[in-house]
Amino acid sequence: MKKLKPTTRSNIFTYGALLIIFTVVYILNNGGVISNNISGLLIPICAYVCMSISLNLTVGILGELSLGHAGFMSVGAFSGVIAASALRNVTDNGTLQLIAAIAIGAVFAAIAGAIVGVPVLRLNGDYLAIVTLAFGEIIKNLLNNFYIGVDNSGLHFSMKDTASLNMDKGTVIVNGPMGAVGIPKVSTLIVGFILILICYAATANITNSRTGRAIKAIRDNRIAVESVGISVAKYKLMTFVTSAAMAGMAGALYALNYTTITPKKFDFNTSILILVFVVLGGIGNVRGGMIAATVLVVLPELLRAVKDYRMLMYAVVLILVMIFTNNRKARGLIIDPAKKLFGKLIPKRGKGGDANG
Amino acid sequence: MNFLNSLIGGISLGSIYAIIALGYTMVYGIAKMLNFAHGDVIMVGGYVCYLAMFNLGLPAIPAILIAMAVCTVLGIVIEGLAYRPLRQASSLAVLITAIGVSYFLQNAALLIWGSNPKVFTSVINIPAKSLFDGQLVIKGESFVTVSVCIIIMIGLTLFTRYTRAGKAMRAVAEDKGAAQLMGINVNFTISLTFAIGSGLAAIAGVLYCSAYPILTPTLGSIPGIKSFIAAVLGGIGSIPGAMLGGILLGVIEILSRAYISMELSDAIVFGVLIIVLLVKPTGLLGKKIREKV
Amino acid sequence: MKKIVALLLVLVMACALFAACGEKKSEGSQSDKPAGEVKPFVIGGIGPLTGGAATYGNAAKNGAEIAVEEINALKGDVQFTLYYEDDEHDPEKSLNAYNTLKDKGLQILLGTVTTSPCIEVSAQANADRIFELTPSASSTDVLGGFEDESGNITIARKDNVFQMCFTDPNQGIASAEYIKTNNIGTKVAVIYKNDDAYSTGIYQKFISQAAKVGLEVVSITTFTADTATDFSVQLADAKNNGADLVFLPIYFEPASLILAQANSMGYEPAFFGVDGMDGILTMKNFDVSLAEGVFLLTPFSADAEDEQTKNFVSTYQSKFGEIPNQFAADGYDTVYALYNAIKKGNLTSDMTNAELCEKLIGIFTSADFKFDGLTGSGVTWATTGEVSKAPKAVVIKDGVYVGYNG
Repeated sequence: MKKLKPTTRSNIFTYGALLIIFTVVYILNNGGVISNNISGLLIPICAYVCMSISLNLTVGILGELSLGHAGFMSVGAFSGVIAASALRNVTDNGTLQLIAAIAIGAVFAAIAGAIVGVPVLRLNGDYLAIVTLAFGEIIKNLLNNFYIGVDNSGLHFSMKDTASLNMDKGTVIVNGPMGAVGIPKVSTLIVGFILILICYAATANITNSRTGRAIKAIRDNRIAVESVGISVAKYKLMTFVTSAAMAGMAGALYALNYTTITPKKFDFNTSILILVFVVLGGIGNVRGGMIAATVLVVLPELLRAVKDYRMLMYAVVLILVMIFTNNRKARGLIIDPAKKLFGKLIPKRGKGGDANG
Repeated sequence: MNFLNSLIGGISLGSIYAIIALGYTMVYGIAKMLNFAHGDVIMVGGYVCYLAMFNLGLPAIPAILIAMAVCTVLGIVIEGLAYRPLRQASSLAVLITAIGVSYFLQNAALLIWGSNPKVFTSVINIPAKSLFDGQLVIKGESFVTVSVCIIIMIGLTLFTRYTRAGKAMRAVAEDKGAAQLMGINVNFTISLTFAIGSGLAAIAGVLYCSAYPILTPTLGSIPGIKSFIAAVLGGIGSIPGAMLGGILLGVIEILSRAYISMELSDAIVFGVLIIVLLVKPTGLLGKKIREKV
Repeated sequence: MKKIVALLLVLVMACALFAACGEKKSEGSQSDKPAGEVKPFVIGGIGPLTGGAATYGNAAKNGAEIAVEEINALKGDVQFTLYYEDDEHDPEKSLNAYNTLKDKGLQILLGTVTTSPCIEVSAQANADRIFELTPSASSTDVLGGFEDESGNITIARKDNVFQMCFTDPNQGIASAEYIKTNNIGTKVAVIYKNDDAYSTGIYQKFISQAAKVGLEVVSITTFTADTATDFSVQLADAKNNGADLVFLPIYFEPASLILAQANSMGYEPAFFGVDGMDGILTMKNFDVSLAEGVFLLTPFSADAEDEQTKNFVSTYQSKFGEIPNQFAADGYDTVYALYNAIKKGNLTSDMTNAELCEKLIGIFTSADFKFDGLTGSGVTWATTGEVSKAPKAVVIKDGVYVGYNG
């Protein structure tokens, strides 16, 4: 084998692993081997994995905490739903609708990202976090007051109620707090998987490029970066908008997997859930975040076995994992022996931006 | 008159946010962690007080003391079990743990006390005061909440300024390492902070439930988030800032609902927060952080 | 990687630890293993058992469990195995719960309890041809095929879905007409929860019907889940506009806060609630004098004197220590409605889901299928999926419901 850069080797390993996992899952799923429950989780997992990659770009690589990422997801979700519903009059091809929805979702979420990013990225730390939280809530509140419908004469919009849409025998797409109902269920596993690949490739490219080095340098020492003439604002905004666009794509994929979505779904709790993926996977460790997203979506379903204690157990697992991975003594008890056992099976990854060890 | 009524409503709602925000800001200022479980400690405080009054038949004051004792112990236990092992970890790891603790408390409460809401009996027996032929009504709860809030704020300020433990707290907040070198027991100080913060949460819980007398396992989450926002608005870590932020948040919330838009009131509140932070990035009374190169 | 290894380890440990007691528990809750050769129907329910809406899901679940126990105790030809799954009032989780039920061999679905999740699940159940009878998801989008005023349709009719409760528009229309014909109020204020499908649905129909019957609406105010504590602004608006009746198309917890706050500000209009108001008297320690004179639409009253209700209430109280509300009664009735339909059609549990679904649709829409339950007698179902129960208004007097007749 020719000498490859460690990052390239690590990326090839990841793409290979992803492809194998996907092929196996796809075959098993189509063969009906996987239970209905897990099979129904596959597309949401794709969406959440993309969300995890997206937030990792902001939190891990840019180093800014965002507590409102679900807001961008909802912008993508609702604009994607409107696009797909409007396209129903044009084409019957579900995949085409889905791709258009994802593209439109990405564009709108990117616009939202820019609107939020321009004023906000001059703040730091917890203050930035709280402003992103505020934006997430504002987006939710606005969407709760959006009424959008489509009839033969085109799209109608109102902020009052469905009656003021002035439609003639049309279809209400977004009905305020009731959200979008009657969404075409067009999301497919293959598109979901391709979306993961796109998000991962984009992130890997950014981190391993000149831009990425600038961004990571901003994370590690902003003042030093400024002093060598790199425009902090530009790179910060660029990363943030890219991250928002990814969230928008994930949102569109997510929404078109259901017949109904409500603005309430994309609240603070969902933002936090996505943050948990990132922190659990290791801040800045994109692959870890992807695995953590998968595990944390499946976990509550597995915990259905414990009935009433389900969410209690979920909380306990969350706390224990955080303690066992972050406390040296606790780690010595379980993880190090386990690492000795499993460690040889897992190849060492390149230094591709692992901030947290 | 309407404006005055709304203003009074805003102040009494805001003073509850303020008490909760005081607990938030204490813990954040000293332990440098966002304790998202704080709102759920409030819920526990409310439930314990309810049980002491309703099931044990105790009068209000002992019931509040029991609630405070339980919450103080709970705060110390949570800190010892969940947060202390993460003292060296990144602040995000602690944040996620705090969220885990929050889920845990909510779901434990659901299992113990059931999902059916319970109605809290107000611990405050001061009748509402009507002025100007009943055009202006000030509720007894509002009097008490505002005064308790001011007392706590003054008490905390004096405590952190003049007592040994309080000075230790400020030292830990400034620099943990240096404080330890000066012979301050950092772990004890942080535990003490949690104990005080949780005790305050119990008072906040009782007052919150007196004003809005419905007990459910999730009652703490929304005031929790709002008070967190209030603490940030006032400048997190600052005790008078938490009070100011809380009251401002309550007033903005009520006034925007009354005079601008009912539907978009949440968006307006958060919009104000964003504007304040853009103009004053460390909150209203927050310390300026000087950047070192 | 360390974290992932750790996560997996903790996961395995947790599952191993709890799998054992989990299994035992699930056996315990289906304690009524059928006797003899009868193979039970596998029925499933979905509702919020944790989170902010848990009180509704748990009530419906408890009601359904009592009904299943009673039916299985008869040791007849029809036996049920009931599984109830949590959806946290979230469409995504609800679909997961539904898929879990399918893995357990679901034949007939009793759910889901809340509206948005039900819209999601009923679409999937429709595609899978599984019969669904929901106890309390009241939006017309659950059934599909309804036109609004301008003739707009959001969802096509899902022919396998039926409701045990009356629909949101029905309640909005009935409330407006009731207030007008009985002259309960002349100037009406509405306070509704504008981030909630149920509340907004009723509100929209109420307003349009009020305009039709000539009811004057003087104040329309809203709140959201995040602002469901302080109602001073809303009440002041109603008071200043001279409203003598406040219409509350909301659930009982915020309603109880509104009653208390109106009382403390000395504002005493008539209050008119819908079926979500039922349950207000069952809250522990509630001061019933606050609810004195409150009107509400409810199909169920825990104080009713008939034998069936009395038995249900006493069983419920001894089992769960609470007075059942309308959700519990709806949960109970869904099981019995299903039981009667199965009896009537001589259906057996070895039929395929699609067969059961088609037969049950036929029975439920047939003119001679009438159901007598806790929430109504002589109840029939239309092909639209709506139930024929008429919304009945009661008024609260001395802490009990009293029938209101003009």
